[in-house]
Amino acid sequence: MTETPQHHGFGSMRRKEDARFIRGRGTFVDDIKLPGMLHGAILHSPHAHARILSVDTGAAEAHPKVKAVITGEVLAAMGLAWMPTLSGDVQAVLATDKVRFQGQEVAFVIAEDHYSARDAIELINVEYDALPVVSDARTAMDEEAPVIRDDLEGRTDNHIFDWEAGDRARTDEVFAGADVVLSQDMLYPRVHPAPLETCGIVADMDKVTGKLTVWATTQAPHAHRTLYALVTGLPEHKIRVISPDIGGGFGNKVGIYPGYVCSIVGSIVTGKPVKWMEDRSENLMTTSFARDYHMSGSIAATRDGKVLGVRVTTLADHGAFNGTAQPTKFPAGFFHVFTGSYDMQAAHCEVTGVYTNKAPGGVAYACSFRITEAVYLVERLIDLLAAELDVDPAELRLKNLLQPEQFPYTCATGWEYDSGDYATTLRLALDMAGYDALRKEQAEKRARGELMGIGISFFTEAVGAGPRKHMDIMGLGMADGAELRVHPTGKAVLRISVQSQGQGHETTFAQIVAEELGIPADDVEVVHGDTDQTPFGLGTYGSRSTPVSGAATAVVTRKVRERARLVAGAMLEADPGDLEWDAGRWFVRGDRTSGVTIQQIAMAAHGDLELPEGVEGHLDATTVYNPPNLTFPYGAYICVVDVDAGTGKVSVQRFIAVDDCGVRINPMIVEGQVHGGLADGIGMALMQVMAFDEQGNHLGASFMDYLLPTSMECPSWELGATVTPSPHHPLGAKGVGESATVGSPAAVVNAVVDALKPYGVRHADMPLTPANVWRTIQGSPFRTDLAIT
Amino acid sequence: MKITVTVNGQDHERDVEPRLLLVHFLRDDLGLTGTHWGCDTSNCGVCAVWLDDVPVKSCTVLAVMADGKTVRTVEDLERDGELDPVQKGFSECHGLQCGFCTPGMLMTSRWLLDTNPDPSDEEIRVAISGQLCRCTGYENIVRSVRWAAEHPAVQNTSEPDVTV
Ligand code: FES
Ligand code: FES
Repeated sequence: MTETPQHHGFGSMRRKEDARFIRGRGTFVDDIKLPGMLHGAILHSPHAHARILSVDTGAAEAHPKVKAVITGEVLAAMGLAWMPTLSGDVQAVLATDKVRFQGQEVAFVIAEDHYSARDAIELINVEYDALPVVSDARTAMDEEAPVIRDDLEGRTDNHIFDWEAGDRARTDEVFAGADVVLSQDMLYPRVHPAPLETCGIVADMDKVTGKLTVWATTQAPHAHRTLYALVTGLPEHKIRVISPDIGGGFGNKVGIYPGYVCSIVGSIVTGKPVKWMEDRSENLMTTSFARDYHMSGSIAATRDGKVLGVRVTTLADHGAFNGTAQPTKFPAGFFHVFTGSYDMQAAHCEVTGVYTNKAPGGVAYACSFRITEAVYLVERLIDLLAAELDVDPAELRLKNLLQPEQFPYTCATGWEYDSGDYATTLRLALDMAGYDALRKEQAEKRARGELMGIGISFFTEAVGAGPRKHMDIMGLGMADGAELRVHPTGKAVLRISVQSQGQGHETTFAQIVAEELGIPADDVEVVHGDTDQTPFGLGTYGSRSTPVSGAATAVVTRKVRERARLVAGAMLEADPGDLEWDAGRWFVRGDRTSGVTIQQIAMAAHGDLELPEGVEGHLDATTVYNPPNLTFPYGAYICVVDVDAGTGKVSVQRFIAVDDCGVRINPMIVEGQVHGGLADGIGMALMQVMAFDEQGNHLGASFMDYLLPTSMECPSWELGATVTPSPHHPLGAKGVGESATVGSPAAVVNAVVDALKPYGVRHADMPLTPANVWRTIQGSPFRTDLAIT
Repeated sequence: MKITVTVNGQDHERDVEPRLLLVHFLRDDLGLTGTHWGCDTSNCGVCAVWLDDVPVKSCTVLAVMADGKTVRTVEDLERDGELDPVQKGFSECHGLQCGFCTPGMLMTSRWLLDTNPDPSDEEIRVAISGQLCRCTGYENIVRSVRWAAEHPAVQNTSEPDVTV
């Protein structure tokens, strides 16, 4: 076997995982059926805020198919009525004293089948004493507001935290000296990621071995295992978390939900496996929402359009329990990267978090730790400035974008951007759009009284959390492991700590090994989503898989390659230092005919070759990657809309998206990620909102009311790419999963506001539904987060 | 109630509760888990199957309503080891990511191509407009169906390859 192995590395390659999904042979949590398995169902509170007077489970327990009913009291006796949140707060697993949001979990029924479990839920009688409700974050700190978290010792109001970043004094100074200062209140409404697969679990406690196995819809199986150990007191090596095929996550499947804990307790109590799957209303009403940021932003600039600074005060609605999943040091996530893509002298950001009678959560939905809010804020402010100065928004951006020679660039709030060539990316997008022609078309349409809008957004993301010394979640450093085994025949198994929810890890990560080891991607099996089978790591969210785990994979593959060099030296009787690597083989420098392939080396390492020093008998290696910095992907998006002045209906005609996410491992997968994010952006900008009425009733509790974009609302996306490698990532890659979700809403809103210019409209809050647009045209926009009045 | 349903060419006789949904009958009673469930309100379409050769949302049909009828699910698209062109199309054109909406999308696509072998992009969009996908932004689903329309009788999917 002397032929050079084929070089199979980066490039668009069909996905390995497709084979099972196109046959309907994926294994999602709800597909798991264990012998004797029981089914759980949750009773939820109809009230947003009420004291619980009594819970009568007698009739439910008498149901012939019911095996157990678990209440808050039952859990309290086990010390499990409350669980820690990801932000140092506690959350009720099942309510004991009060319910604090509509849909809060009150009791858990376990029955032989899920129809019976649901029947039995109806038999539970709970007596409530309704309390005044805080459903509007802006009233949460009012004197007369009821105290939601009276469970917390000494708590007399609904305040959670105040946090700031940047330099207030310097920002004041810059604003005082500016020719132009503009301010705008903006709401980034509460939305929900709504993956098509809801959240669920199968918990199986084996009383004989003492081992708990859970199959769960989790984006972070290792972190979940550690948290289960800490919460329940079970020894960590006796917990195995398996995250099988996951039907979309988008941040919704990061947290630990009461149903998970109840199912685990249920399995311990009944001695049987217990399955619990949410229905859609449960998913929308109780699990991690996103955004809910009330922002008052300002921008300062010179008369000739040089942006000098930005500032913002933000009221953050965190719901009834502070369950936001952020790195510990950053209660507002990475929101303070809100200077965006522009060179600014100063910036200051203040965030106040409050409790309301709404579901907990707080960071979810492809937002890169609140960069969605940051990008939306700055991109709206830039457009407001362009309108005020009467300059073209593209021109204003080009004037202020960071220049390539400014990188690495430290922004006014301290982030160090790794690399970028922003103007090139924006120019490409403008070219693809035919920007000048579009503006001409717009002018003609305006002359005819038609409403057409063109919106631009230029975003910079910060992904790949994160450097250990700055970032942890509940004390767990945000690093990821990788382990690579090379079998004697040169086929490899890669084990990674991140978990795919559709991103295609089984393909992309095999391609990284292929690229670095010179074997076909088909020869690499990727194992993920099982804590007994993979090294520790924090999981897939915040676009961190490629930046962190992708780097780990490159590093571990290079370790294997270096070990292979030693073995090759012994095989070729040459000094390893004299060997050169090319496409899957080591050869003596200058003599390409002399080489040995990685397959030959693998066989020799397992065979009778006298092994050189430093090689114990195989090529396998492990690593943990602790990123030195975040990576900073970016992009230029242009949205073209038509608005019907009579109905307020917005139609997206075109969407041009040029992304620079560094080196693309599988461009087809990258583009797919962007497509999905763009659809999300259109959904959030035009349709999706979780509004509440005064009693705290959830007005978006089903897909009838919480509207998601279909094939009819989405245009045919027009994508482009520039490639500016990350200087510190071993592959030059940056991560892309959330770029489009982060960058696109601002482009859509800017386009609609641009369309409404003839009416003197400066701003309108998302979602720009026909009703909202129509009312905006009439000059009386409404609060999109409250019941329409 | 006793019912007999022909699913993927095979008769299944079962005694079921009148309220049992077809989606649960397929998944829980017959173990055909390729058909998924995703909402309470007939909006998402991940449950789409054929009932007497027409796509329906199986969460909106009672199992007893399928008595004496034929049902076709995603598990029946591949015949004699040969993938249906729509299955190949979705893989060729990256028409799926998490794969949760895929079975429903495939069943609607197959029906569309049977009734309209050369649909326009707009016709494809209309055909899948009752089904949600949270991952793909629909673009590659449209391309996948187009691919299937253009490759009605492609033999054998080749191994994954690289086109750089
Ligand atoms: S499950 Fe959503 S439409 Fe059938
Ligand atoms: S591929 Fe995930 S929902 Fe369509």
